[in-house]
Amino acid sequence: MMNFRAIKVIYLHEMLRFWQTLFQSIASPILSTALYFVVFGAAIGSRISNVEGVSYGLFIIPGLTMLSVLTQSISNASFGIFFPKFTGTIYEILSAPISFYEALIGFVGAAASKSLFLAAIILITATFFVDLNVAHPFWMLAFLILTCVAFSLFGFIIGLWAENFEKLQIVPLLIITPLVFLGGSFYSISMLPPLWQKVTLFNPVLYLVSGFRWSFFEISDVSVGISLLMVIVFLSACIGVVAWIFKSGYKLRQ
Amino acid sequence: MSSIVSIKDLSKTYNSGFEALKNINLDIKKGEILALLGPNGAGKTTLISTICGIVSPTSGTVTVDGSDIITDFRKTRQMIGLVPQELTLGAFEQVFQTVSFSRGLFGCKQDDDYINQLLKDLSLDDKKDIEVRALSGGMKRRVLIAKALSHEPQILFLDEPTAGVDVELRKDMWKIVRQLQDKGVTIILTTHYIEEAEEIAERVGVINNGELLVVEKKELLMENFGKKQLVIELREAAKEIPHTLHKHNVELTDDGLNISYTYDTTNEGSNIQEVLKEVSDSELLLKDIKINQSSLEDIFVDLVKLK
Ligand SMILES: Nc1ncnc2c1ncn2[C@@H]1O[C@H](COP(=O)(O)OP(=O)(O)O)[C@@H](O)[C@H]1O
Ligand SMILES: [Mg+2]
Repeated sequence: MMNFRAIKVIYLHEMLRFWQTLFQSIASPILSTALYFVVFGAAIGSRISNVEGVSYGLFIIPGLTMLSVLTQSISNASFGIFFPKFTGTIYEILSAPISFYEALIGFVGAAASKSLFLAAIILITATFFVDLNVAHPFWMLAFLILTCVAFSLFGFIIGLWAENFEKLQIVPLLIITPLVFLGGSFYSISMLPPLWQKVTLFNPVLYLVSGFRWSFFEISDVSVGISLLMVIVFLSACIGVVAWIFKSGYKLRQ
Repeated sequence: MSSIVSIKDLSKTYNSGFEALKNINLDIKKGEILALLGPNGAGKTTLISTICGIVSPTSGTVTVDGSDIITDFRKTRQMIGLVPQELTLGAFEQVFQTVSFSRGLFGCKQDDDYINQLLKDLSLDDKKDIEVRALSGGMKRRVLIAKALSHEPQILFLDEPTAGVDVELRKDMWKIVRQLQDKGVTIILTTHYIEEAEEIAERVGVINNGELLVVEKKELLMENFGKKQLVIELREAAKEIPHTLHKHNVELTDDGLNISYTYDTTNEGSNIQEVLKEVSDSELLLKDIKINQSSLEDIFVDLVKLK
């Protein structure tokens, strides 16, 4: 028997802070999206010709969305589980009749929901600057949801692993942000010299952004099938790590 | 009375290699109030954390109402409520919210009436919508008790419930504990104050260095191990003890200002009256009288010697 009520209260509890700070939750993505459009879309974009037939302002939308989704999924999920460990309130979850996976669904579900909400705000804001059409809404949503879930899981793992605030922030800061910027979020890799094109193929974020961009404009750096496969591989890897953490005593219980 | 918690050969070694529990065997009886008495670092928190599922045992088994705490954790944890030692509460939730959250975690159906009543019983009804971080320490402790009782547990663990608590809350707490006992709830509390164990518990388990030294009815334990000392303070230093007092176990401090008489509480014929009479008959000028009870440390020394 699953403890559905526990999943529900953990989920709602995690969302509570989000609603309490709703203005902040909405205002900051709107502001940063607007800034990106002013800087990249208008100022720089006017000097860049179309990228594969798409205006630069439009072209950056999927990358911009992914940048926020990735960093926010990780930071929301990692803080979500790190904080109770830090304050000690985790005792309650450990002593409640819930399994590790039920707690995980609550925490990761809430973090992924927040990221989805954020993506929606960014995309809606974008429509005020450019004429946005989505070629494949289903795939757009599929890429978005899979990415939100995968990176929230990833964040959950970081939050479990981290014993202090430095560790909590080091992965997003030193790994994720560079990967996103170098993963073709704001350019097509065809703009790069051949060597760098090859190097970029090792960047997993490229596949996310490329597939996501395809769902909007039907243009991509790598084939859509491979993009989808990579997202699923990453998701499976995170699930695998979580399962391993669980089996090994999962670092929460001493 | 049948036992509701049964601990067999339980040991716990932390990852650091520290052995916090050494082969603990204990049966907790249904409906009793049991105090786990021991100094700081004895392993009290480790023991109850293990029963509650916060710490994994290294070896041994614990069953709650016949169910294993590991393989049947849903059933056992459902029966247990825990008030932790530290004031661990989230910052941004309101009182009602956080208590309701606890109830949900334990899989119980939302029941606002029950929670309102609970808050009322704990004098928290006017604090319902206040953020937890704005509460005083005593109030936070009350909130933690409400959270522990939110799912109507049959077994309640209180880890050092009176540490840093004012007199009023302490009284309230003992009142609640007795009310819960009337409803059939089993209560286990830890403390390092012997008076506290004496005040509320029916049985006392003494724990030191990860070992359970003895579990005994409170009265028996106090009788067996309680020594008292009558200290008579003098106005002027005495050179020696009057010879009439020699037949009692009486000593004079080096400065000559205190006479102490040590007696056993088991010894029905403790001769306080005689001692006092002989002091007043003597030339000595009395300043003050006090009674010291044997400290927990003394009891440990005795217990360890016995083993
Ligand atoms: N997580 C831990 N890792 C290593 N040692 C611990 C841990 N928690 C507690 N201890 C040690 O175990 C002993 C018992 O601690 P505890 O159960 O908290 O004692 P008590 O509650 O009786 O004061 C102490 O010496 C403490 O330092
Ligand atoms: Mg303790």
